[in-house]
Amino acid sequence: MATPASIMRHNQTKDAIPLNDLEKRLLNEYQKGLPLSPTPFRDIAERLGTSEALVLKILDRLQKLGVVSRVGPVFKPRQVGTSTLAAMAVPEALLESVAERISAYPEVNHNYEREDHYNLWFVVTAPNQQRLEQVLQEMERETGYAILNLPLEKQFHIDLGFPLWC
Amino acid sequence: MVLNEQDYQLIAEIQGGLPLTSHPYAAIGERIGLDEQAVIDRIDTMLTSGVIKRLGIVVRHRELGYTANAMVVWDVPDERLDELGERLGALECITLCYQRPRRLPDWPYNLFCMIHGQERSKVLAYIDRLVESQGLSDIPHKVLFSGRRFKQRGARYQ
Repeated sequence: MATPASIMRHNQTKDAIPLNDLEKRLLNEYQKGLPLSPTPFRDIAERLGTSEALVLKILDRLQKLGVVSRVGPVFKPRQVGTSTLAAMAVPEALLESVAERISAYPEVNHNYEREDHYNLWFVVTAPNQQRLEQVLQEMERETGYAILNLPLEKQFHIDLGFPLWC
Repeated sequence: MVLNEQDYQLIAEIQGGLPLTSHPYAAIGERIGLDEQAVIDRIDTMLTSGVIKRLGIVVRHRELGYTANAMVVWDVPDERLDELGERLGALECITLCYQRPRRLPDWPYNLFCMIHGQERSKVLAYIDRLVESQGLSDIPHKVLFSGRRFKQRGARYQ
């Protein structure tokens, strides 16, 4: 859960964490297609010409630094449970405290400020539609701000991860 | 695909990430009473059926200096939405492209694209080029850069 301290820490990270060539290749080539073999990290190491121990060490380090959030699955939205993108227009002076209340819901996984009249954007997930609507209503009641409920209707991109040359 | 009770157990075990060990699928299997090959097969089925979009390293771009994160929203005429969505969604540096409902009168935008970059000026220049090269000058759009991040983690459904 995001505490004020962790918010501060993230936002004060001004310098990008530098990556060496091996780390860049690892991140560029394995955002998808993690081998479905008994030893995926050994297979990756072989293809990159290095050792399994080093691959595991790099991933562990990047995970601790927060560059890698996890090595695992990205689920297609609304296949497992349901979710929506929600937005609120909150007076600037209250944004941090309202954001903290929203982040406190276990159903919220992303919660961002955006530069707009609608300045707080968050993703809410729930096991089913009824629970999702209940959570949105609770949030409106608790904060006093109306929610713009923008569920996904259609996905156009194919998620291949994020190339680091953009 | 229809998910069974064991699939939900498997999802609960892998959604936060695989253990960084030599035999991660075996380690997952031990926790839920499946053997290594059964775990691999079931994940493979979820990938094939599209329940899992991708399996791999999930990168937090912000920590790598990609701090300029723009959500570009477009008010696209309904009859042009599919064609345009597919065109924009195929571009390499657009990481997400979704149709979402309009909420009139407050919110007229129905197509959402996410663009990440290391500098705001470069992202804005990219969007300008996009408008020109894709012939989008007649489609109203708005750019919402992200500011503070209050919370980010993978979705948990259980």
